[in-house]
Amino acid sequence: MRAATDQLSTTFSALADPTRRAILVRLSGGAATVKELSAPFDMSGPAISKHLRVLERAGLIQQGREAQWRPRTLDAAPLKEVAEWAGEFRRFWDASYARLDAYLQHLKAEEKTDDHDRN
Amino acid sequence: MTTTATKPGVTVFATPNDREVEFTRVLDAPRRLVFDAWTQPKHIQQWMLGPEGWTMPECNIDLRVGGSWRYVWRKADGAEMAMGGTVREVKPPELLVTTERWGPEWPETINTLRLTESGGRTTATLTVTYPSKDARDAALKTGMKEGMDPSFARLEELLRKLK
Repeated sequence: MRAATDQLSTTFSALADPTRRAILVRLSGGAATVKELSAPFDMSGPAISKHLRVLERAGLIQQGREAQWRPRTLDAAPLKEVAEWAGEFRRFWDASYARLDAYLQHLKAEEKTDDHDRN
Repeated sequence: MTTTATKPGVTVFATPNDREVEFTRVLDAPRRLVFDAWTQPKHIQQWMLGPEGWTMPECNIDLRVGGSWRYVWRKADGAEMAMGGTVREVKPPELLVTTERWGPEWPETINTLRLTESGGRTTATLTVTYPSKDARDAALKTGMKEGMDPSFARLEELLRKLK
C-alpha cells in the first residue's frame, strides 16, 4: 500500500516539470542519449542529468547498459495510473457531488429524526 | 444579476481567469449542513470519493486557521493518493480557504469554498487557484482544449496510445 502511494506521488512530482514532460515525449519516439535529449533545451548537461535522475527515480525511464553513452528509454507503466487520476479531475467532482446530494438528504432526514427524538 | 444559472444535480465548470478553475453546484440542503458535510471527516469520508471504486481510509482536518489537513484515498487494487495542506481561513458556515498539495514538487493550490443559501438550497462555489496558468493547464490537461502546454498535449496523445 505504502509503495503504491509513493509511486503515484513520485510520478506526479516527476511530471510536474515541463522539461521532464518534453523529455518523456522525446523518448516516446525511441531511445536517446543525454546529448540528444539536451539538444532542444537551453540547458547544461548537468541540468539535464538532474532531470533524468528524477525521471529514473520515478521509474519513467531506464538507462541502457549496453553502450558507452547509455541511451535512455521510456518506461510508460507508471503513467497509466497518473493518466487515470488526472483524467478524473472533473469527474472526481461530478461523482463526489452526486454522492453529496444523496448524503445531504440523509443528513436532513437524520436531523428531523433527532428533533423528533428530543421532543 | 451575475450569478451563474445553475440547478441541482449539475456541476458548472468554469475557468474564470488564467489561474483558476471553478466548480459551482446547487445543493438541496441548508448551508449549515453543507458546511458540516464538507469539513467533518465522518461526513467527508462518505462522499468526497470521486469515481466509483475509491474509499478514503484517512481523513484528518484541524479546522482552524493554520491547522493542517490530510486525506488519503485508496482504490480496491491498492493504489493510493494522498493530498494535504493547511487551513487559511474558516468562517462557518460560509467560507473555507485551504491550501492543497499532492507532493513536494507539485504546485500548491489555494482552494476557496464559498457557500450561499437561498430558499433552503445552497450554492457551493469551489475555486481552485494555481500558482500559474501552466500549472493549472497541466492539472486540467485532459479537460482543456486550448492553452495547453504543448509537451503535455503530446504526452496525452502518448497516454491514449498506451491505453
